[in-house]
Amino acid sequence: MQFTINDRPVEVEVDLRTSLLDLLRENLGLTGSKKGCNQGACGACTVLVEGERINSCLALAVQYQGRSITTVEGLSDAEGLHPLQRAFIEHDGFQCGYCTPGQLCSAVAMADEMARGIPSHVTGDLTAETIALDHDELRERMSGNLCRCGAYNGIVAAIAETYASAPARQEEAA
Amino acid sequence: MTPFSYARADDVPGAIALAVATPDAKYLGGGTNLVDLMRETIERPAALVDVTGLSREITVGADGGVVIGAGVTNTALAADRTIRTHYPMLSRAILAGASAQIRNVATVGGNLLQRTRCGYFYDDAARCNKREPGAGCDAIDGFNRIHAILGASPSCVATHPSDMCVALAALDAQVRVAGPDGERTIALVDLHRLPGGSPERDTVLDPGELVVAVELPALPFAAHSTYRKVRDRASYAFALISVAAGIELENGAIKDVRIALGGVAHKPWRAFKAEAALRGQAPSEANVRAAAELELADAAGLRDNGFKIELAKRAIVATLAELSGEQA
Ligand SMILES: Cc1cc2nc3c(=O)[nH]c(=O)nc-3n(C[C@H](O)[C@H](O)[C@H](O)COP(=O)(O)OP(=O)(O)OC[C@H]3O[C@@H](n4cnc5c(N)ncnc54)[C@H](O)[C@@H]3O)c2cc1C
Ligand code: SF4
Ligand code: FES
Ligand code: FES
Repeated sequence: MQFTINDRPVEVEVDLRTSLLDLLRENLGLTGSKKGCNQGACGACTVLVEGERINSCLALAVQYQGRSITTVEGLSDAEGLHPLQRAFIEHDGFQCGYCTPGQLCSAVAMADEMARGIPSHVTGDLTAETIALDHDELRERMSGNLCRCGAYNGIVAAIAETYASAPARQEEAA
Repeated sequence: MTPFSYARADDVPGAIALAVATPDAKYLGGGTNLVDLMRETIERPAALVDVTGLSREITVGADGGVVIGAGVTNTALAADRTIRTHYPMLSRAILAGASAQIRNVATVGGNLLQRTRCGYFYDDAARCNKREPGAGCDAIDGFNRIHAILGASPSCVATHPSDMCVALAALDAQVRVAGPDGERTIALVDLHRLPGGSPERDTVLDPGELVVAVELPALPFAAHSTYRKVRDRASYAFALISVAAGIELENGAIKDVRIALGGVAHKPWRAFKAEAALRGQAPSEANVRAAAELELADAAGLRDNGFKIELAKRAIVATLAELSGEQA
């Protein structure tokens, strides 16, 4: 099977039953993406496929042959950490860090969804041309990523600082 | 997982040919439900026919109706401008379900045909007629808080978990399918079955039948519609009860109305009785409550889910109050 992973071409032979998450972790040694629940319920395995976030545990690797996949390892570049990664450090956006790779990938794609005007469950006016990333929008849009340590205050603050059009109200986060 | 073969279909006839060629083949959409069930060996297809490359378009007809390809993702459908403007209950129903990660991958076809979330269905060690016909049903006397209050049978009390389907039921959607014996169109409200004595069959589809598209008839007043979902947490949880509703008022009376319920039955539940009772009536709380009582008259609770009967009635009242308040 062939893929482009973090901008590099990869060719690998694996059993058809291999999930995309196991391919990354077990076959390619990219252990940044985490296996929390292995059933779509936690978001720790979130990766980007052509920039869109998906749960790699619910995907067979074979479904994504030929596609371009970005993992947390691919977020930083020669210039150093991604701005969102720096914000996570600054705002204590993690405790044990297990959910962090998924949170980071998820938030990067979320910002792109905002830019494309994709609505969410809490969007008041579905016909609006643009949607502001306020506190409620941010929390709803990140609800596919759980944090067992409950580092949500820091996570929300870091994402808000990096992407929000309106400052998040930190005291309500949790 | 048990071993399987994998092939990508290029077109509808090709997909059907591939599916018919191997016994126990299954179509694969985004895989967000099927891959999970295969890992648990609840589903053991011998072949997967990936149909995500087919029918990815949303087309608006001259009459205002919309044809949605089965391969359209949940995110793309919810974000579509026509759907947001003319069928907001559908956008809202989809956005109330799962997470962004899952909606990005999940397809319309897969959402229609996703399996129940009954915990015993997922648990190999439990008895489940849906998984193993004749085995018995551990949910009937077990943990059944999320189970059905309408249309259940002594064989199975599971619910259909989709939010999207509840809106489609309210919108009179039609499902276009193709199979070895040709094409046919099935009303969405007739696609899913009540369990009766054969809960192993979720739908009326025959083996090898492929969902090709979903058609929404033009329904101008659906521009004034919404979806309300009641669940255990504010996001990322299946519905305990949900209501998709649209209403058209004229001279202070209900000219037309659509109501469907989720979380109550083995299929998305179109509230035909409540709708009939409400046409021509004022949208008062008393009238809506009476209609809801009528719809839920046959509802039956199990050990843990009796609260859903009253919850469903209140959710109908609240949803219609919201809609008629906006329109007044
Ligand atoms: C953690 C979690 C939370 C969720 N929460 C919600 C929720 O709140 N509300 C909700 O509605 N859903 C929820 N879902 C379910 C989700 O919506 C479904 O998994 C998804 O819609 C399935 O789509 P898919 O394309 O991935 O289907 P797949 O997993 O690919 O397929 C599902 C079934 O459909 C069949 N199939 C697929 N496409 C076709 C076709 N074109 N023709 C014939 N058969 C086909 C497959 O053979 C399979 O049996 C949740 C899922 C998870 C994992
Ligand atoms: S309710 Fe249906 S799905 Fe659940 S255990 Fe009983 S038979 Fe199986
Ligand atoms: S490991 Fe994939 S969602 Fe939890
Ligand atoms: S930091 Fe520990 S799970 Fe989120």
